[in-house]
Amino acid sequence: MSFDVGYTTADGRTIGGVLMEMKNITLRFGGVTAIKNISLDIREGEIRAIIGPNGAGKTSMLNVINGFYHPQEGEIIFRGEHRKRMRPYQAAKQGISRTFQNVALFSGMTTLDNIMAGRQLKMHKNFLWQMLRYGPALNEEIEHRRKVEEIIDFLEIQAIRKTPVGSLPYGLQKRVELARALAAEPSLLLLDEPMAGMNVEEKEDMSRFILDVNDEFGTTIALIEHDMGVVMDLADRVVVLDYGKKIADGTPNEVQKNQDVIDAYLGVA
Amino acid sequence: MFYREAGQYKTSYKADSAIFPILQDRIAIWFYLAVAFIAVPLFGSEFFINSMMIPFLIFSLAAIGLNILTGYTGQISLGSGAFMGVGAYSTYKLVTIFPDMNVILAILLSGFFAAFIGMIFGLPSLRIKGFYLVVTTLAAQFFLEWAFIRIPWLYNYNDSGAIEVPNRRVFDIVVSGSEASATTRYLVVLSIVVGLTWVASNLIHGRIGRSWMMIRDMDIAAELIGVRPLVAKLSVFAVSSFYCGVAGAMMVFLWLGAAEVESFDVNQSFLILFMVILGGLGSLIGSFMGAGFIWMLPIVIRAIPKILGLDINASTVEHINFMIVGALILVFLIVEPHGLARIWAIAKQKLRVWPFPY
Repeated sequence: MSFDVGYTTADGRTIGGVLMEMKNITLRFGGVTAIKNISLDIREGEIRAIIGPNGAGKTSMLNVINGFYHPQEGEIIFRGEHRKRMRPYQAAKQGISRTFQNVALFSGMTTLDNIMAGRQLKMHKNFLWQMLRYGPALNEEIEHRRKVEEIIDFLEIQAIRKTPVGSLPYGLQKRVELARALAAEPSLLLLDEPMAGMNVEEKEDMSRFILDVNDEFGTTIALIEHDMGVVMDLADRVVVLDYGKKIADGTPNEVQKNQDVIDAYLGVA
Repeated sequence: MFYREAGQYKTSYKADSAIFPILQDRIAIWFYLAVAFIAVPLFGSEFFINSMMIPFLIFSLAAIGLNILTGYTGQISLGSGAFMGVGAYSTYKLVTIFPDMNVILAILLSGFFAAFIGMIFGLPSLRIKGFYLVVTTLAAQFFLEWAFIRIPWLYNYNDSGAIEVPNRRVFDIVVSGSEASATTRYLVVLSIVVGLTWVASNLIHGRIGRSWMMIRDMDIAAELIGVRPLVAKLSVFAVSSFYCGVAGAMMVFLWLGAAEVESFDVNQSFLILFMVILGGLGSLIGSFMGAGFIWMLPIVIRAIPKILGLDINASTVEHINFMIVGALILVFLIVEPHGLARIWAIAKQKLRVWPFPY
């Protein structure tokens, strides 16, 4: 844990020290530089937004955070410790979970199984017990089912519990994906465009869930979103990327007034 | 009408998470088991047991093995015939090296040899998927066939190159070899198949089965949730090959009595793949249906002219047989690409809400 002093948000929540700090990250794919020398920090308990025009490097940034991409330069400090090059499942073990821009649910499985899948790392009973599905293995399964049901209640998806997710409408799929990410009880939750392709009502629901998650479980959230209204309402701090570079970082109000940001979004005359 | 779940309230997650949550299904399973364990040995003829039930069960087990790999984990394989061979040859080696060994134990142990070989040939799956993986499993098939011919140690330097099953007793009952009765062999096969099916069902409904299905549906998301692709893929190759190996060992020791390398060639792999696809990918009951359809149907069709008293010569019957079975496979797959298991599931769903449409 970092002993950095936190800050107080506009709505009076106290934000803790730095949970993850990324220093001078540079990520290249051959000759293309997706991220150029970006530093940013994510503090405990805050809702951090990453915005920017298409191709700015936002999703690459999330992929660096959960270990899909390995930056050529820079270092990542998570919970005060320097993080080595790692695979995504190791990041998952450290408590980082995420949702995807294009829903990445397990389409052949039911909603319940998808969320149970999210608890994969919490279940430990070995192969022999699993073979018997008796005693400890069964108890473990039931105990995790109870946890999963709490999340199902929380996100109000009881009715689709046993529906295969492939047949659900898009808005609900996004919600199931959030449920799956929550099932891992993450300390850092990454949301890649949670509102993409939703109507106003669904966006409102999703915003409420994101705020509730942050509020009830104290989960730190980093999100990418294109809907500026949503971002400015939800986020405590916003970082703006453009062409792989960081052009602004601050509270929503500060960012909105930043001339570089206005230029990036509207173009320069 | 009888298939209703009205009034069956589940008051615990345990009841709701059960593998057969509906009472009628549980009754049906016990009924099938009773028929298989009691009625078939009592009333089945020698021909029915030896030429229909035993091979049906053995192929069902092999189909379950392939279904775990292909249907549940999405790794297509054309090597199942060879893995059956590994099971058969290692049982042969075990019972000849240790003549006093319980042959049923040897059959189960041979599954572990198959699992080990399967894991080695599963290594390419860590990097390649889909059709490319098919090619590497095909390489496994050809390599193992080559090994069964070219390594004479495997068949104890027989001149014939075949493995022959010795008579072996378990608790004073002849279980394998020419002296064993069909009923005994049937009961042994049935017990092994039921036991292993139960284990497969348990695995699939638990954490490990979910990790396999996660790899199948979206491997990137699976890794992100914490599934290690190495562990999940190698474990599924091991389990799948174990099942195929035990099926192969039973095929030789409890059914055919002797086998050569031709019994485990690529046609065998295709046959099992057909059973899995026709029965339904990702369904245990489908494995039984597929095996039943492909194995039983030709026998039934062959018997029809005799029953009707028609005088058609045997080769004509055989040709017609091929045509009918082939056409039926096409029809079933066009009607329901997800296989017989899906037709079964739809039928059950219709029964649940009958007489209403939904």
